[in-house]
Amino acid sequence: MAMKGSRGYRSGLVDLQAGEISREIFVNEDIYAEEQERIFARAWLHVGHESQIPKPGDYFVSSMGEESVILCRDRASRIHVFLNSCRHRGMKVCRYDEGTAAVFTCPYHGWSFGTDGRLVGVPYFREAYHSRLDKEKWGLIEVAQLANYKGSIWATWDPAAPSFTEYLGGFTRYLDLQLDGWDGREAQAEVLCGVQKWLVPCNWKFPAENFSGDTYHNISHRSVDLAGIGPSGAGRRDMGERDVSRKLHVCIPDRGHQTILYVLPAERLPPPAYMNAPIVAEYFRHCEEEKRRRRGEEARLVGAPGEIFPNTALLSRQPRTMAGWHPRGPHQTECWRWYFVDRDAPGEVKQFLRDYYIRYSGPAGMTEQDDMENWNYAHAASRGTIARRHPYNYDQGSGTAVTDYEYQGLSVPGEVIDLTEVQSSEQPMRNFYRRWAEFMEAGDWSQLATWRGSERKAAE
Amino acid sequence: MSERDARIERLLLGQEIADFLYHEAELLDQRRYRDWLDLLAEDVRYWMPMRRNVKIGEDEREFTSAGTDINWFDEGKETLARRVKQIETGIHWAEEPRSRLSHLITNVQVRAAEPSVAAPQDVSVTCRFLIYRNRVETETDILVGKREDLLRRNGAGWLLARRKIILDQNVLLTKNLTFFI
Repeated sequence: MAMKGSRGYRSGLVDLQAGEISREIFVNEDIYAEEQERIFARAWLHVGHESQIPKPGDYFVSSMGEESVILCRDRASRIHVFLNSCRHRGMKVCRYDEGTAAVFTCPYHGWSFGTDGRLVGVPYFREAYHSRLDKEKWGLIEVAQLANYKGSIWATWDPAAPSFTEYLGGFTRYLDLQLDGWDGREAQAEVLCGVQKWLVPCNWKFPAENFSGDTYHNISHRSVDLAGIGPSGAGRRDMGERDVSRKLHVCIPDRGHQTILYVLPAERLPPPAYMNAPIVAEYFRHCEEEKRRRRGEEARLVGAPGEIFPNTALLSRQPRTMAGWHPRGPHQTECWRWYFVDRDAPGEVKQFLRDYYIRYSGPAGMTEQDDMENWNYAHAASRGTIARRHPYNYDQGSGTAVTDYEYQGLSVPGEVIDLTEVQSSEQPMRNFYRRWAEFMEAGDWSQLATWRGSERKAAE
Repeated sequence: MSERDARIERLLLGQEIADFLYHEAELLDQRRYRDWLDLLAEDVRYWMPMRRNVKIGEDEREFTSAGTDINWFDEGKETLARRVKQIETGIHWAEEPRSRLSHLITNVQVRAAEPSVAAPQDVSVTCRFLIYRNRVETETDILVGKREDLLRRNGAGWLLARRKIILDQNVLLTKNLTFFI
């Protein structure tokens, strides 16, 4: 299908000079349909984690954009991601959430596919097809590219997309905070059993921009701060580092990834946490020392909410989770939430954190509940004819980002705003929507890889 | 005890337990959350697992596990009391303005009474629930499922000691769970 010509996203609907973004991009059904082709069919998307499929034959049914996909490990232990749709007449070949399979057999006409995607069984192959069907050609539809980054699995439908690490750019540093061990060892994360999935009546970009680093919605969560669900019995997080660190917004220009980040002073370990649970407190005290020993100055970085373009949220600190915001029509989003621990953490630590994670996050989480109320009614109140005539304001902190940020010897590349005094900015949202507009306008990846010229020049 | 007397004991206990469940539902629907907390044992476990689509014969994997896995709820009285406190702040926006709730409780069946039906200390009871939630203007949710409760004798009354909530959904079809089930 030929894509429609440019709507002038950059100059019109997303006007970053004026700090204004049209409500149309959230509620317009034609724009939503274009997003499916221009964003979700071209970007790298998070699919799951290898700890969810440890053995050959294991699978986890996931989602890429609107569509169901199967993340599975074949008999040779290679990881694949397939569209969950039979090549013959489209029936889902797997309607279980996860499990172990030798083959995926379509319940409609019985075509069956190996865990490597190959078509291995066709009823009446000899009689009805006269043995002439080319089985090699009719295997499950596989993603164009797949990446296993420290155990997290990512995929794209676009063969022309850059490698996943090039797609991340300088954001690898913050995905590492999510996936590396609390003690600084590489790739120690495992997913706790059970991925939460729930529907929220809002456009997928509401949660995506919120997790890009909304530092302005304190009023939303004041009730949970008063109720006190934090791991040390007060507030909602142990955030001793907040009192001693620089608090930053870090945006990777040209990539559309952004995060909140705390940077500790040199020689300073994070203040004590988990004070009501001596075993947990001692475990993390030890981990922080080990991390400082292994990583040196890099261990001064403390993660916070962030977003990998387009629809994957990170939260590497408390609670340690990743989320996916799957579009289900312009007015509905299916939220998925994965929860992480270090795989060799003691059982007491895992259980303590699990209790905390589920009272904080997800649809029953005392913090996230109030976010969803906002996204729901912000969306609902933006659908009207009059409402659509008036853009949202994204002007906070415009023009104040720096590109040479350094704090006590630690350099933080990217567009950075130090929030320690100014409290809040909307640089992350501007970065997200700038990238969104580029995706919506660009014809192909040669136009989307905007960094290639400048990074080559810098290398020379 | 005659057979007839034994049947009467079972009927009386069944009615007493059903009355407790209806009273509890009434407190929740009247938003008398502090009174509801008083019906919970200090060591209450309130557990609502997630449900997965699994193959026949793999039923043990259908529900996420208490204690170790991620669940919708898996908590004790302290966290439940904090949820009440959060609603009472008046700035818990997901419940402000507050939802209108009706808990319909049916199919009440006493499964076991220990040490005896005549002098029960612990009673296992199952039921069905239908929770109707309506909030703000037209926002409406209907949640249907089962509960498996353990009640413990407390003087003349009962305390809820354990609750397993089995919601008949896979993807949760409501945006949040700001209410008690």
